[in-house]
Amino acid sequence: MAPRFYRLAETGRKVVNLTLDGQPVAALEGDTLMVALLSAHGHLRRSEFGDGTRAGFCLMGACQDCWVWTEDGERLRSCSTAVSDGLNIRTNPPEVSWSDVL
Amino acid sequence: MSQSVNNQSDVIIIGGGLMGASAAFFLRQRNRSVTLLETGLIGQQASGVNFGNVRRQGRPLFQLPLAGRASPIWRNMNALLGEDVEYIQSGHMRVCYRERAELADSFETYAREARQYGLDLEILSGNALRQKFPFLGPDVYAGSYSATDGHANPRLAAPAFGRAAARLGANICENTEVVRAEKDGVDFRVTAKGGRVFKAPVLLVTAGAWGNALSEQFGEPVPLTPRGPNMSVTEPVPYTLMPTVGVSTPLEIETVYFRQIPRGNIIIGGSTRAASYPDIRRAYVKPENTLTQLREIRRLVPALGRLNIIRTWSGIEGYMPDSLPAMGPSGTTSGLYYAFGFSGSGFQVGPAVGDVMAELIDEGATTTPIEMYDIRRLKPVAV
Amino acid sequence: MVGRALNTLKVVIIGAGPAGVRAAQTLVAAGVRPTVIDEGRRAGGQIYRRQPDNFTRSLETLYGTEASRAQGIHDTFDGLVDQIDYLPETLVWNISDGRVFAVSEKRETTIEYDALIICSGATDRLMPVKGWDMAGVYSLGGSQVALKSQAVSIGQRVIFMGTGPLLYLVASQYLKAGAGVVAVLDTSSFIKRVVAAPKLMSAPDALINGLKFTLALKAAGVPVLTGIRPLEITGDVESGVSGLIFETGAGEHREIKGDAVAMGYHLRPETQLADLTRCEFAFDEKSHLWYPKVDEDGRATTANVYLAGDGARILGARAAEVSGKLAALACLKDAGAPVLDNEIMALRQDMACWKRFATGLREAFPWPAEQAAKLPDETVVCRCEAITAGELRRTVNAMGAKEANRAKAFSRVGMGRCQGRYCALAGAEIIAAAAGIPVSEAGRLRGQAPVKPLPICIEDDEAAAAISTVRELTK
Ligand SMILES: Cc1cc2nc3c(=O)[nH]c(=O)nc-3n(C[C@H](O)[C@H](O)[C@H](O)COP(=O)(O)OP(=O)(O)OC[C@H]3O[C@@H](n4cnc5c(N)ncnc54)[C@H](O)[C@@H]3O)c2cc1C
Ligand SMILES: Cc1cc2nc3c(=O)[nH]c(=O)nc-3n(C[C@H](O)[C@H](O)[C@H](O)COP(=O)(O)OP(=O)(O)OC[C@H]3O[C@@H](n4cnc5c(N)ncnc54)[C@H](O)[C@@H]3O)c2cc1C
Ligand code: FES
Repeated sequence: MAPRFYRLAETGRKVVNLTLDGQPVAALEGDTLMVALLSAHGHLRRSEFGDGTRAGFCLMGACQDCWVWTEDGERLRSCSTAVSDGLNIRTNPPEVSWSDVL
Repeated sequence: MSQSVNNQSDVIIIGGGLMGASAAFFLRQRNRSVTLLETGLIGQQASGVNFGNVRRQGRPLFQLPLAGRASPIWRNMNALLGEDVEYIQSGHMRVCYRERAELADSFETYAREARQYGLDLEILSGNALRQKFPFLGPDVYAGSYSATDGHANPRLAAPAFGRAAARLGANICENTEVVRAEKDGVDFRVTAKGGRVFKAPVLLVTAGAWGNALSEQFGEPVPLTPRGPNMSVTEPVPYTLMPTVGVSTPLEIETVYFRQIPRGNIIIGGSTRAASYPDIRRAYVKPENTLTQLREIRRLVPALGRLNIIRTWSGIEGYMPDSLPAMGPSGTTSGLYYAFGFSGSGFQVGPAVGDVMAELIDEGATTTPIEMYDIRRLKPVAV
Repeated sequence: MVGRALNTLKVVIIGAGPAGVRAAQTLVAAGVRPTVIDEGRRAGGQIYRRQPDNFTRSLETLYGTEASRAQGIHDTFDGLVDQIDYLPETLVWNISDGRVFAVSEKRETTIEYDALIICSGATDRLMPVKGWDMAGVYSLGGSQVALKSQAVSIGQRVIFMGTGPLLYLVASQYLKAGAGVVAVLDTSSFIKRVVAAPKLMSAPDALINGLKFTLALKAAGVPVLTGIRPLEITGDVESGVSGLIFETGAGEHREIKGDAVAMGYHLRPETQLADLTRCEFAFDEKSHLWYPKVDEDGRATTANVYLAGDGARILGARAAEVSGKLAALACLKDAGAPVLDNEIMALRQDMACWKRFATGLREAFPWPAEQAAKLPDETVVCRCEAITAGELRRTVNAMGAKEANRAKAFSRVGMGRCQGRYCALAGAEIIAAAAGIPVSEAGRLRGQAPVKPLPICIEDDEAAAAISTVRELTK
């Protein structure tokens, strides 16, 4: 799927590597997780209520549309989370493993 | 809702929570003309904001006939009212912690005795418990599972009864606060704020935590303490937690319970209840109680620690010293009936309370035992 | 708090935007050491939002004509850091009994206050349109954040739609940064701007800037249309936005193609915190917004609570600075500190000027309330819960809900993660239109904690201690 966001400047930053649905994504240091994901992909998640894909809305931590799951079942608000190396993100909730206690 | 010009009816009901709205419905089914007076909107107080637990287990044994009468009504409610109240027979699980292992014995005893009232409970511990409920934390020792209990949407149930009663011809007056009620010869004369007067030979008070303000006017003051339990709800997540689960413990701060709805949100209740304010019709959540509640829910289901809550709320409950309601005929005034003060567990019994009160008013007696709720047992506290 | 030595006075300021920074500066100057809490990683607030440390664009690139003001706010704040207790990346999620409940890194911090100054700012005000729940639709403010703090564009061909000064500002910032701007579609008609011109003259430089943005857009060949009505954002629920269908001022239907839509109708105040302190609110007939009641200097109806900036009244960044100072002075005065009356008088005069300018903006770029009644039933109103206008109308028509909280209880509009920030105002218009009542009667959603999602794994020593104390007692 085509990316949603396009970089206009500040492209000389260090590369940070993450994974989205098993695919490698190269982001830049200083990116928010949302910008990192949407510079490579068209959406962040699916609406829980069947009305399609979602890619955030407000970018300022107000709408809560951009929460993503990590492979370990953690929740991250992608527009206010800075990227870090090795993040492993999913656009669908992972299978719940209840015995896998925190 | 419809406003009749005629202010005379067979029965006046004061208070449009689940008790009053269902009583209005069942009285109409029995062809009694009914006027229901409600300060605000139908089902806006405790009945509309509660946790939504429709559980029989854990109630005193003597309450099981009443609770049992409610079960089939819940199961058939959508057909009865012509609206979906989101009732689900999800099962209900009551658990205890390792440090209170003795409670497991009381679960066994309760299960044995409850069977006589038609309530089947399965006691689980060890591997059986872990297999069936893998999400429970390591502190959980044993549990009592009731397959036929469940939960429903409190925001919908009482209003649905109100609308169904109105369709059957009940005169439902919202935004009508009763300020005075008295017996004037044969009839009760009930005066609302603004001066409107209603008359009927029978008066039913279903005024929840506000009941004392009315019973007092008939010489029957009761010691009602208003409190507010803490509720929280999570963001929606895949629907995997079928049964409602609650912790049994003598420590209020430790109590915690949850249910998940098919849309995915998990509703959490429990920990220390705060004061609530009937006079201004508000109950506020104290943040410190949310924090202890979240700590306790992590103990019950550690994996919930990964989620977020998105909203908290509370509601106004009225507690009698023995946590039982005032339900039945008045001790001072003929034609006067009470069904209020249901504390923290009135939602499940609600529709049966309406049914029983309608029966009592219509037939002069009820087949369901209610003597233990007689208002005469209550002595007001000296202040 | 009266009679308290100023250096022991506990003042908490929530928000480190222009209002919060000026409030802090004013308190520090009087000898108070306030606590400043902000959810952001860096101070500056919304308009003067800072880019990450390793970004290199100049202030001029980021803030344009407002570069020196941005610099002023940032420098002031940086100069204060040693004289305040600053808690960045900390969200205030509840307020109760003279205590602020805040969370940072999943840990609770509870802070007592004698006085509380809330400078919580604003967010975009939205009117739904069919298709606005698709991927690729962003709030106008969000599209600006993408550019300002991350140097990205929300798409290759962006359609700007809505109304208000921000519409032209952000479109022209995109253009300047080299992003593809397909069109600027304004729901307000041009004539409104002409009529409002005298009031807009109370801030001539702002007015001139606004005109410049429009000219720049037109010079670049970007179609700028006024008096339009959006009909539908087109696209696919999987791949997102592909265009927008709208009705022109002349009543024709047109479609334009694009892969992103930035939409917004000016701003709405962030008032949940004020609500949690149990402030009274009043409906402002002109803007169709509910504002917490404040006196001239920002005192709320709750004792020792002060409100400033866009969270109190949508008056813009410069007014936010002024109201931040005023609120701090009001707080100092109430604490018994010597405050010069003519200082207060001068600030009040400034505020009067900004109020007049804001009235002009409101009249030039009105909230399109009338769109609510025309939204097709299948339009999603609540994006969080995916609830449509038809479902909301059904709760009004079939279930008798004529008030916002009641309609929320029945329909879930406003029950989602955003707490009604993006649906409540339009929802109230839909309820009012369906019920045939004025929107003021539809009321407003009561604020409920947490202000934003709260992690269940939050660690709190007080809670842990409270539980173990009870357990010990009963052993
Ligand atoms: C937060 C919370 C969680 C709960 N969880 C559960 C649960 O999970 N399961 C369960 O079984 N129970 C639960 N309960 C308890 C249950 O909600 C109540 O026991 C039940 O709803 C009581 O119903 P009611 O009709 O008596 O009272 P209410 O619903 O409070 O209705 C009383 C009505 O009377 C009206 N009224 C009062 N005075 C007057 C007057 N003078 N004139 C006109 N109208 C008047 C009020 O406005 C009100 O609408 C909970 C309660 C709360 C608050
Ligand atoms: C997206 C957006 C873009 C804008 N762009 C422009 C522009 O380009 N030009 C212009 O003139 N005006 C712009 N405005 C308007 C401008 O933001 C305001 O006029 C100005 O920033 C108001 O200042 P303030 O101090 O009131 O609030 P803000 O600057 O918004 O600051 C509020 C601060 O409070 C913090 N906060 C809020 N709630 C909490 C909480 N619960 N816990 C902790 N911290 C909290 C926030 O993180 C924020 O930093 C914009 C507004 C928005 C919403
Ligand atoms: S995009 Fe709105 S909270 Fe992240």
